[in-house]
Amino acid sequence: MSGHGHDHHDHDHDHDHDHDGPGEHGAPLEGPALRVKALESLLVEKGLVDPTTLDQLIDRYETKVGPRNGARVVARAWTDPAFKRRLLEDTSSAMAEFGYTGRQGENMVVVENTPQVHNIVVCTLCSCYPWPVLGLPPVWYKSAPYRSRAVIDPRGVLKEFGVELPADTEIRVWDSTAELRYLVLPMRPPGTEGMSEDDLAELVSRDSMIGTGLAAAAR
Amino acid sequence: MNGAHDLGGMHGFGPVDPEPNEPVFHSEWERRAFAVTLSTGFLGKWNIDQSRFARELMPPAEYLATSYYEHWLWGLEHLLVQQGLLTPEEIEARVAALRNGETPPVPAPWTPSSAGRVVRPGDVEKLLSTGNPFRVDEDIPPRFKAGDAVLTHNTHPRGHTRLPRYARGRRGVIDRDHGVFVFPDAHAEGLGKKPQHCYSVRFEARELWGPDAPANERIHIDLWDDYLEPA
Repeated sequence: MSGHGHDHHDHDHDHDHDHDGPGEHGAPLEGPALRVKALESLLVEKGLVDPTTLDQLIDRYETKVGPRNGARVVARAWTDPAFKRRLLEDTSSAMAEFGYTGRQGENMVVVENTPQVHNIVVCTLCSCYPWPVLGLPPVWYKSAPYRSRAVIDPRGVLKEFGVELPADTEIRVWDSTAELRYLVLPMRPPGTEGMSEDDLAELVSRDSMIGTGLAAAAR
Repeated sequence: MNGAHDLGGMHGFGPVDPEPNEPVFHSEWERRAFAVTLSTGFLGKWNIDQSRFARELMPPAEYLATSYYEHWLWGLEHLLVQQGLLTPEEIEARVAALRNGETPPVPAPWTPSSAGRVVRPGDVEKLLSTGNPFRVDEDIPPRFKAGDAVLTHNTHPRGHTRLPRYARGRRGVIDRDHGVFVFPDAHAEGLGKKPQHCYSVRFEARELWGPDAPANERIHIDLWDDYLEPA
């Protein structure tokens, strides 16, 4: 198991989107790009992966599944008390009403923010995250700074996201160590009475459903 | 195992660094690493707990110096070799060939192997919207109920576990019973599902981090019967 390059270790911070370095334009591949190409080409050659399937998997998580799904669920919960009750009591069934089921969301739990309680979700051991409603997790969620500090210094982490809560607000951190996947139901912002479900969904950010943000103020 | 993956409570990694308008993938190789990992998972040669454990086996210094999809890639290579689907020699030979600018052979027509369940394009939506059966439909009595005080084991297994180091030998309270689930410690060793109840256990921040922690912070951790004893 040798040959894993260290030359991309600062990858998380270089933010060079869609720039793959050498390889794209005929120059030799290197680092993890070389390694993954070696594995993929061998697996395709042996019939163990279907190249068309790979493209479909990428497309599904890059363009079809994402935090807009979760935002629709939150907006519905804000406007429909019966749905909110179902969502909190039997989360997976309520999500299934939207068709948001499946991999990394098989067993969902929704935790509700209130003026007294603020919830925040982490996976200290890996990167567990509710894929059907939020898509794939952002880099910061999978990174050492967040995973190490969310459980020991949640207020400090929240401050880095620009969230400062009153000192008497209880913080509940949910470490996703099992196959339960957590979604935070953020508080509905004031002044949004009468807004449509679609417009409300626009106020629901990904971070507000992880607990590192709040729903946006009405515009 | 007490690996670098078990990060809860560590210091020194610096501030969280969110990227505005972050794309789902940052490069083409990340897309490929993600899709190859997902697709080969369906071959049926390993389960998700073996997959997580494979990533944990990455040497700690290397784990901390590499990005997330490099962890996935390392774990994938480990599993492919362990299961005999690829040999280290053929991987190194292919790496060398690609480095020399050679184009890998593409079989035409491509035909699926019979060595496992090869996911075809028509299967993708159904497989992913169904997911994995982690919940076990067996009538196993719970050892605890909501409100019970529990003590987590002080244990340091060399194998896979989902009891984080920061919560070992600590007192908590059962917040809710999630029902009967596959037990990852056994599942990762290929020892079957060992189904048992999994609970959300509530810990006071002061129990985990000492008297300087705020009084109004609580950490909920999902833990199985085998990790707990009555307190």
